[in-house]
Amino acid sequence: MPTIVVEVMPKAELLDPAGKAVAGALARLGHTSFTNVRIGKRFELTVEGPVTDATLAQAQTIAEEILSNQVIEDVTAVFEAK
Amino acid sequence: MRIGVITFPGSLDDRDAQRAISLAGAEPVALWHGEHDLHGVDAIVLPGGFSYGDYLRCGAIASHSPIMAEVIDAANKGMPVLGICNGFQMLVEAHLLPGGLIRNDHGKFVRRDQVIRVENNTTAWTTDFTAGEEIVIPLKNGEGGYIASDETLKQLEGDGLVAFRYMGVNPNGSLNDIAGLTNPRGNVVGLMPHPEHAVEAGFGPNTEVRMRSGVDGLKFFTSVLEGVLS
Repeated sequence: MPTIVVEVMPKAELLDPAGKAVAGALARLGHTSFTNVRIGKRFELTVEGPVTDATLAQAQTIAEEILSNQVIEDVTAVFEAK
Repeated sequence: MRIGVITFPGSLDDRDAQRAISLAGAEPVALWHGEHDLHGVDAIVLPGGFSYGDYLRCGAIASHSPIMAEVIDAANKGMPVLGICNGFQMLVEAHLLPGGLIRNDHGKFVRRDQVIRVENNTTAWTTDFTAGEEIVIPLKNGEGGYIASDETLKQLEGDGLVAFRYMGVNPNGSLNDIAGLTNPRGNVVGLMPHPEHAVEAGFGPNTEVRMRSGVDGLKFFTSVLEGVLS
């Protein structure tokens, strides 16, 4: 089935306590090449029938209005999975 | 006076809120998230808990529940609505209050008896407090960090819409120590701490007089009672 992927990230200027906790764990494990971790979300929307410009536009709307909260998050990508 | 308490899948403190309403002298009415019916109540409480397991974002899925259409409509017409903890998260997700709530800055769940200052005692839920009154009610959350844009914060502060502020300790990294908000009309109020857990001696926060004797939360519910009766 065709799938549309939506990616949502916490806004760059906001503290991401979950990412910070993971970054701390990586440092404790000796993975010192990685200085920062930010954790976002990936949604996979299964589409009935082919993905059209209209379904992509609808997914964009859903992404902005329901899947993310624009006060604290940004929609960083909406695309058809290959 | 009849005050509705809406139960969502994953609500925890709906029964506590109902009991608080009874102790304040009003009649609690259990409402169900899946209905489109407020059963003629005079005010509404959105209780604490973990609706939908905090999936997507805290309060996000609940804010799209069937009954929320009626809640939003009633709130816009002036009905008193109080959102406690998860209920506060629902109010911001439903855009009845501005800003958002994110994971506590220290990354841990926090449970403490919290001092807050009543910054606005003219809302439907705070008229029984004196301006600037400091009260102690329990706080318990993992995602209670209040955030908003600089512009929104300026507006909240300028218009007196910060209803409650954390005192002594900022327990979750909330900007400007914001513990709760009101809308400009004063009928919609949301806060992270739990007034319904400080309404009955023996089951509240400790006070200087006696252990667990704190009942500072009761005034939220007596305030709304007087407002509707007058």
